[in-house]
Amino acid sequence: MRDDVFILGVGRTPVGEHWHLGLRELAAAAIFEALDDAGIESVDALYVGNMLSGGVNGQENLATLVADAAGLLPVEAYKVEAACASGGAAVRAATLAVASGAARVALAVGVEKMTDGVGETVAEGLATAADQDFEASHGFSFAGLSALLMRRYMHETGAARDDFAAFSINSHRNAAANGRAMFREAIDRDDFRRSPMVASPICVLDAAPICDGAAAVVVASREVLRSHHRPVRIAASAVATDTIDLGSRADILHLRSAAVSAERCFRHTGFGPDDVDLFEAHDAFTIIAALSLEACGFAPRGEALRFATEERIGLAGDLPMSTFGGLKGRGHPVGASGTYQVAEATLQLRGEAGPNQVAGARRALAQSVGGHGSVAVTHLLEV
Amino acid sequence: MDLPRYHRLRGAYYRLEGRRCTGCGAVAFPPRPACRGCGGRELEVHALAPRGRVHSFTEMATAPRGFDPPHLMALVELEDGPIIAAQLTDIDPEDIAIGMEVEMVTRRIQEKGPHGYLVYGYKFRPPVPRGEAS
Repeated sequence: MRDDVFILGVGRTPVGEHWHLGLRELAAAAIFEALDDAGIESVDALYVGNMLSGGVNGQENLATLVADAAGLLPVEAYKVEAACASGGAAVRAATLAVASGAARVALAVGVEKMTDGVGETVAEGLATAADQDFEASHGFSFAGLSALLMRRYMHETGAARDDFAAFSINSHRNAAANGRAMFREAIDRDDFRRSPMVASPICVLDAAPICDGAAAVVVASREVLRSHHRPVRIAASAVATDTIDLGSRADILHLRSAAVSAERCFRHTGFGPDDVDLFEAHDAFTIIAALSLEACGFAPRGEALRFATEERIGLAGDLPMSTFGGLKGRGHPVGASGTYQVAEATLQLRGEAGPNQVAGARRALAQSVGGHGSVAVTHLLEV
Repeated sequence: MDLPRYHRLRGAYYRLEGRRCTGCGAVAFPPRPACRGCGGRELEVHALAPRGRVHSFTEMATAPRGFDPPHLMALVELEDGPIIAAQLTDIDPEDIAIGMEVEMVTRRIQEKGPHGYLVYGYKFRPPVPRGEAS
């Protein structure tokens, strides 16, 4: 990046089923909070991360709708879509705008309003992240495709279903302490074991919920910084891709997009996995959390489940994960999740994470993965 | 799936038509305009051998709209190399195992509502000895 880019403000709506709120209200609420947090009234550009507004809400031209709702007209605005990684991609777009000098202040907002859809609408919408001709049209749901990864992982490593519980237990424990999380209760191994099957071997408690939410991040150049700010620097930002269909990958258990985007962040900064104090991982399914740990170099191939003990990934561990509950516990409003991750990591690095605080956190990796690894957006934040 | 799309896909759906790179010989399915092996742009239609082994599988608790239960999905590693996502059929869920042999069969994939057309294409099943094939 040519110029340094800083996060000056963040906003997050509570995640849940917001029957009385639409795309407008959710996005505007997150934007207002982020602008107020930054002490800034206007921005040069707005990037809206979202996956499903066309299919589920029947609303494209979404960024114009959001700019209007938030009183930001006639700001430059457009939607950024990268499946489940859309919220991360919006942060990337805002970062590029500032790094290039095209904008002094840019706003990224991720928003998803999933409960506008009932019945099969949401499942069919999510399946559009897969190859429509050769996966979705053959009846593959998003959970079904993740199940193929999990089954293969168990086959190759000898892992049992229960071995994946640690990720969900950790996410729920952290979500219980996060007032904006969807699931405010801890779960244990027995809950995990009893949870009903969605797509074998994936159970309900392996999977993130359908929900609504919006998160926003204000990024700005160095010249905008004022003494009241508590800036967090975006040390690196990277996106990488892989085949959209699972079968075409050389190795379905290697999330190449996650690995390449993380490696770009590490190469750009000179840091490595050992320098990261916390990891906001894309735990939409426990198997994706496991594969992300391995892709980023935190755990060797096939070792993620042995790595994921409470001592390691808990708030006091070597590598705290999903510190505000992650996609599993906080909730996964799909195109907003990547923005939530960056907002939450920012609060950690500012020391404002309350009961979720990771002591002494100075560097955070936030990684948003779309389409089972067909796209990944990774940000390395630093104070 | 609407009719124009189904029409366009019938070579792949009925005959497992992928692509073979005339430069490096790499075989791809789904078909794509650039070779993933060498980046070459000269590719020819290549019908894949309709046999392979189960690479991974799942049984979904509920079948998506337009699909019948039991909804058995798999990745099948074809003899020609590519791994293809497809439904399994003519098998009990408890009999499926990674590594088992399967063969392609043309079946109804999805139904476009009670008055709509039927989409046919490949599924995979345990091999049926010659002469007994249904």
